[in-house]
Amino acid sequence: MLNVGKLNEGVVLDHIKAGKSMSIYRDLHLDEIENCVAIIKNARSGKMGKKDIIKIEASIDKVDLDILGFIDHNITVNIIKGGKIVEKKNLTLPKRIINVIKCRNPRCITSIEQELEQVFLLTDEDKAIYRCMYCEEKYD
Amino acid sequence: MALLPLLKWNEFLCLLKFMKHLLSPLDFSVEELDQLMDVALDISKNPEKYAQACKGKKIATLFYEPSTRTRLSFEAAMLNLGGSVLGFSSSDSSSAAKGESVADTIRIVSCYADICAMRHPKEGAPLVAALHSSIPVINAGDGGHQHPTQTLTDLMTIRTLKGHLDNITIGLCGDLKFGRTVHSLINALIRYPNVRFILISPPELRVPDYIRQEVLKANNAFYKEVTQLEEIMPELDLLYMTRVQKERFFNEEEYIRMKDCYILDKKKMEYAKKDMLVLHPLPRVNEISTEVDKDPRAVYFKQVQFGVYIRMALILKLLEVEVC
Repeated sequence: MLNVGKLNEGVVLDHIKAGKSMSIYRDLHLDEIENCVAIIKNARSGKMGKKDIIKIEASIDKVDLDILGFIDHNITVNIIKGGKIVEKKNLTLPKRIINVIKCRNPRCITSIEQELEQVFLLTDEDKAIYRCMYCEEKYD
Repeated sequence: MALLPLLKWNEFLCLLKFMKHLLSPLDFSVEELDQLMDVALDISKNPEKYAQACKGKKIATLFYEPSTRTRLSFEAAMLNLGGSVLGFSSSDSSSAAKGESVADTIRIVSCYADICAMRHPKEGAPLVAALHSSIPVINAGDGGHQHPTQTLTDLMTIRTLKGHLDNITIGLCGDLKFGRTVHSLINALIRYPNVRFILISPPELRVPDYIRQEVLKANNAFYKEVTQLEEIMPELDLLYMTRVQKERFFNEEEYIRMKDCYILDKKKMEYAKKDMLVLHPLPRVNEISTEVDKDPRAVYFKQVQFGVYIRMALILKLLEVEVC
């Protein structure tokens, strides 16, 4: 079994669905930060069978919890200080997401004006429905 | 990372908050709609009182796709108020043909006019304009999305000729899938108590699922979907006919097969109540036979006149002009 060193200060994203860590790494723009990041794929999990984990040696400010909440609000966010978990953050569905997903409606203004921000608004919290701010098309 | 877009977003919200626009029929509360219709009614009775209300003001009609009726209605409304008009009637004759963005166009037009009405084939274009405009923006139709001034016209027609907007059974007939006027009208009428919706269309052109789920069911509204027009006629207080629009189809054969499905003629009108009203957003193709035009229950040409009055009232409201 592969061992990755213990994190002393930073954030651990746990219970990521197996195979999803790389796309989350990209969506959170972790490639753009200077800090040390470890991606663990297919770790054994009693609850999930297999899971991914991302360890980030940086403060929680570097992690966009809105994007993470949109991707999968079941991911566990642990804040580590002095080698111990000092806080667990609960993820919720963000009210709006900007420039994470794109509207696929060919009749939407964003289809011809590429520089517009892609803004989606949460219109139904129970069913986790997001709609494009411009054309109101549902994101599937 | 996401802080910059967030700041921009908040700036946008501030702009929208302080500048009044009409982008969706739901932008106005029921009370605001009532006030607007009261003004429109007063205009219809005392047009001379309003003849100079917008003297020195200009409306820009920015029509990126042709629409004679809506554009002329806005222009007539402003001229009736003593104002002037400028604009373009197709994207070919605007800077859009050179690739100018909606945001840039509205920034320029804001320097020329006091208010603008925008029609655009792309959905959400008027919202983009509103986010960058320093003058009020009226959505005059954006693709298959919204057409709020048509909805105001429909509400005004119903309220004036029926006397109320609640306790009615309305039949919506024809292209309920792509017909934005139908979607907007359902969204607007759902706010009034005891409105029953009868949705009459071929299976291929039924209302989109989100209207069924998120509007009708979510508001516990009574609705029924049927495929035959005749059998439902005796139940209706209002019949809202729509055109099967050729431009919404990708396939011409499909259009030809569907377009004659629901034609209203004299014979079908015999099944209707004596005081049922027939509305249509126009233009019609052949879905209402011309023999119906003489029937006093056919009010679609009166609807056009109400459209001018309500647009006059809307211009006054958005320009914050009060006429005593």
